Amino acid sequence: MKILVTVKQVPDTATKIQIRADGQGIHEEGIKWVINPYDEFAIEEALRIKEKHGGEVVVLALGPSRVEEAVRQSLAMGADRAVIVTTEGSVEPATAAHALAAICQQEGFDLIITGKQAVDDDSAQVGPMIAAGLGLPQVTVVIHLEVDEASKRLRAERELEGASEIVELPYPAVVTAQRGLNEPRYPTLPNIMKAKKKEVRRVTLESLSLPAQPWVTVNRLFEPPTRPEPTILSGDPAETAKELVRLLHNQAKVL
Amino acid sequence: MANGVLVIFDQNAGDIRHVVLEMLTVARSLGKGPVTALTFGTDAAKTLPKLAEYGADRAVFWESYTQYSSDGFSAAIAQSFPQFDADVILFPANAWGKDLSARLSEVLGAGLATDCLHLEAEASGRVKAIRPVYAGKALAEVVINTPVQMFSLRPNINAAEVHHVNPEVLDIAPSVDPATFQAVVVERKEAQTGTIELTEADIIVSGGRGMKAPENFQLLDALAAALGAAVGSSRPVADEGWVPHSYHIGQTGKVVSPTVYFAIGISGAIQHLAGISGSKYIVAVNNDPEAPIFKVANYGIVGDLFEVVPRLTEEIKALKAQQ
Ligand SMILES: Cc1cc2nc3c(=O)[nH]c(=O)nc-3n(C[C@H](O)[C@H](O)[C@H](O)COP(=O)(O)OP(=O)(O)OC[C@H]3O[C@@H](n4cnc5c(N)ncnc54)[C@H](O)[C@@H]3O)c2cc1C
Ligand SMILES: Nc1ncnc2c1ncn2[C@@H]1O[C@H](COP(=O)(O)O)[C@@H](O)[C@H]1O
Repeated sequence: MKILVTVKQVPDTATKIQIRADGQGIHEEGIKWVINPYDEFAIEEALRIKEKHGGEVVVLALGPSRVEEAVRQSLAMGADRAVIVTTEGSVEPATAAHALAAICQQEGFDLIITGKQAVDDDSAQVGPMIAAGLGLPQVTVVIHLEVDEASKRLRAERELEGASEIVELPYPAVVTAQRGLNEPRYPTLPNIMKAKKKEVRRVTLESLSLPAQPWVTVNRLFEPPTRPEPTILSGDPAETAKELVRLLHNQAKVL
Repeated sequence: MANGVLVIFDQNAGDIRHVVLEMLTVARSLGKGPVTALTFGTDAAKTLPKLAEYGADRAVFWESYTQYSSDGFSAAIAQSFPQFDADVILFPANAWGKDLSARLSEVLGAGLATDCLHLEAEASGRVKAIRPVYAGKALAEVVINTPVQMFSLRPNINAAEVHHVNPEVLDIAPSVDPATFQAVVVERKEAQTGTIELTEADIIVSGGRGMKAPENFQLLDALAAALGAAVGSSRPVADEGWVPHSYHIGQTGKVVSPTVYFAIGISGAIQHLAGISGSKYIVAVNNDPEAPIFKVANYGIVGDLFEVVPRLTEEIKALKAQQ
């Protein structure tokens, strides 16, 4: 099985986001960059499939030069090699999907695994867009995956609100990984050393000659509204409980 | 030129989620052409009374599509699209809607903004959307540049307003044979019945590590029962197995937007706050006055939850008894 895994580098989830004065992005100084958490599940699943069925795991990433760090970490987890689409500008999901789909086509594959969503733009689009672009079936938000090599079919459990469903599909296909799919491994020291020597191919975004017009434009980023000063009660539990219910009933009028 | 709004959603035995009513209201508020509702599966037509009550001008029911397939449904919608007379498409931002909308976006070559909080039509017919990014730590104002503009709408943010109409049921048959669907849903596993889904709940009672042990969640179950609320949790208690994974709220769990969110024994880590920032009121109970949750709360009690929560439950029962 040749498995392609897309890996996005994103700000650590604990990062405080500071919006630039022009509203056109965030301040990048002091940000700790990490592999998108859902992409870690994607890498882990690809490695497990390879361990069972043999084959190759190739990491695909798109972004500025700093993404090399996330790529090396993915290689240290056990991926075999990587392709980086380089661009310094910010990229909206459609452009990312089209660029990554082009690389998928160059590489060839049996399976593509992405994260369910990137925790920076929170779009949850790139996986299904790659699938549709390449004419492949998809299954998203996957928490359990079975691969049947004989029939070239997948059986996946995907998470819904308060329920889950089983989806069956032929592969090649696109799967998007949700938390619960597996427990990602930590890179071992020998693997971190090995990762430094693994092959990383670089392709410029421009060389893929995609349409220039983005599908979605972000006019501006802005701060969420701040919450009013809180009312904090302390003292006797019975009194505070009574007062809280009174406030929720009479002041907030929500009970 | 097409200028209507197509509202696409899932239904179950004729029941539709509240977000669909919110979508219909938003669709009308855009002041564009006719609002067309499209839904699928057995009993799809049973949604008609609700669609009439909330202002769908036209309805299309594809009852022969009994098993969901992302590739099948998106191909069929794309083939029939010219007949829907729409240049704006709305989806619910739930697992179903995100799966289908993203695929349809590529198939139609139409830009998509996911999980929007607010939509507003500009004079040009472009729709301006506000959506959270970085897990709600920032908001983005976005526009779509393609001729067809797609949006998915976060549940529980927009009001649903009654607007009686008499929808015309359009006779547009889906042109893709289900036998050609590739990815097909073969089984659905329901969670426990009777539980209110977190992303649609009006009130949520959520517990964290301060609950100390799984059996103590009974305290929250009792409070939730008195309030008619859903129960949620921080991530560590779900990881510990104190509560099911489906309870986990936050950046890597569910994003909720209830009217009232009770955070009980939850410190208020940034990843947890990311999941609750859409709550209208946040109420915190914590014995540490310095806990970060108090910085985002509207109301708080500094105290031992084991003493406070049972009394809260009693007070709420007493209030409900009066009402
Ligand atoms: C990549 C990543 C993603 C994450 N995603 C999420 C996420 O989606 N959701 C999430 O919740 N977390 C997430 N986390 C974890 C997050 O950082 C915090 O560790 C977690 O939210 C803390 O959970 P807690 O508030 O239950 O526990 P704690 O931080 O331990 O807080 C317990 C609180 O209970 C209070 N308390 C204790 N005893 C009592 C008592 N008797 N009465 C009243 N109060 C009491 C304490 O004062 C304390 O404030 C993530 C972390 C990482 C690294
Ligand atoms: N720039 C990128 N580089 C690599 N993978 C990406 C990129 N953008 C998105 N992806 C993949 O697509 C998934 C969904 O991203 P999104 O649609 O942006 O929420 C992510 O979890 C990644 O696996």
